[in-house]
Amino acid sequence: MRWLRPLIIAAVLLLLWQIVVWVTQVQPFILPGPVSVLITLVTRVDVILSHAWITGLEVILGLALGTILGVVTALLMAGIKGATRWLMPVLVASQAIPVFAIAPLLVLWLDYGMTSKVAMATLIIYFPVTAAFFDGLRRTEPEWLALAETMGASRLSILRHIRMPAAMPSFASGLRVAASVAPIGAVVGEWVGSEGGLGYLMLHANARMQIDLMFAALFVLTLGSVTLYFTLDWALKRLIPWQPETLK
Amino acid sequence: MTDLATIAPGSVPGLIIEASHLAYDGIPLFQDLTLELRAGQWTGLLGPSGVGKSTLMRIAAGLDAGKGTYQATLSNGAPLKNSIALMAQRDALLPWLSVLDNACLGARLREEPITERKDQAAALLTQVGLADYLDAAPVTLSGGMRQRVALIRTLMEDRPIVLLDEPFAALDALNRHKMQDLSSKMLEGRTVLAITHDPLEALRLCHRIVIAEGKPARLRDELVPSALTPRAPNEPEVAARHGELLKYLLQAG
Repeated sequence: MRWLRPLIIAAVLLLLWQIVVWVTQVQPFILPGPVSVLITLVTRVDVILSHAWITGLEVILGLALGTILGVVTALLMAGIKGATRWLMPVLVASQAIPVFAIAPLLVLWLDYGMTSKVAMATLIIYFPVTAAFFDGLRRTEPEWLALAETMGASRLSILRHIRMPAAMPSFASGLRVAASVAPIGAVVGEWVGSEGGLGYLMLHANARMQIDLMFAALFVLTLGSVTLYFTLDWALKRLIPWQPETLK
Repeated sequence: MTDLATIAPGSVPGLIIEASHLAYDGIPLFQDLTLELRAGQWTGLLGPSGVGKSTLMRIAAGLDAGKGTYQATLSNGAPLKNSIALMAQRDALLPWLSVLDNACLGARLREEPITERKDQAAALLTQVGLADYLDAAPVTLSGGMRQRVALIRTLMEDRPIVLLDEPFAALDALNRHKMQDLSSKMLEGRTVLAITHDPLEALRLCHRIVIAEGKPARLRDELVPSALTPRAPNEPEVAARHGELLKYLLQAG
């Protein structure tokens, strides 16, 4: 039933979609039915996949880079007294600047290639990862800290053996958010200016009234994002078995 | 391998806890307060909630207890650091470490070689009936079992002074009784400060009972039954003193 339920929901929604198309007789360049989208998906799978590969790589690289930067920032803020006051404004600014607004700048500076999209994805996930990890590092059980202190642990040792593992569940929440927003960053980047990727494909298909292709690309993008999220979620639950939600 | 469960009599110092001044929000918690823990004995500290028992424990442990003048010193002049082991109300086991690794936490935190310590810990855990749970995650254990792991972790530190902050409060009556016996046996010979809400617990385990009351807190010594610890709860002297103590605490609280 666990696997069946989402399939049933999807099937019902697709059926409704097809019914709307049949009943309203809407033009295919306004709204194609799911059947014609599926046909396009199959016939043009090579084009779609070649673009999906680009977007996928941008997302993965952005995730990796944003996570590394976020972890380093959070560790600096938690580990060095006074660092928070310097880094917090940077962190908040990174979130306050709308990515959409600086996307053209990034494309201008970093060119039409993959780099500007990776930068977008990195930027968009930097805040959730850093904030979640830092929050976790700050909220260590006071009893664990008192215990570690009486055991003669150094600050660094406490950070490494107590605060970091204790922060892992929060960090995992940050990563989950990151995995769900990183594709947004990449696709927005592709919209602003690019030579490939699903965002690029969707924009072009749209301009050429190939709405079925646009939907097919959108479908692959959604499928990819959902797969990414659940794969990460699955891996995190395995790697961090002491997360509260896994324990139940 | 040294047997951590026993300690040579006379080798253990006492602890002098002094709080000249400590106030929270302008209300004095301690003023010229001194509590001396006699070497090698259990001192029980009873008192109503909010009287500052846990703060006194933080002072005894050498931890930051807030802005004020306070200190804890060993009667033999040795440094407080590495002389104290702490066991808190909640077992404070780390959920990401196995039972065995939790028992060896001190060595891990001090980045000491851990292999030999693991053998010692395994032997001690076996003594308290946890031989089958060495690799288990703490979350899979019952409250009583977890508290036994915490006791072994405390013992593994092999410190002359042991501070118990309501260590058995979260346990049911039967497990509490068992843990009291076990702790009394395993911590014998060490200088112990046991904070508790439970007069019976103090009467069973302690050589000396101190009641803290008032703001700023004042200490008052209570009579203690003469039998050897751990005393049976149905021992006439324990039962009689239990009734009196309970009545007194009810009036004081």
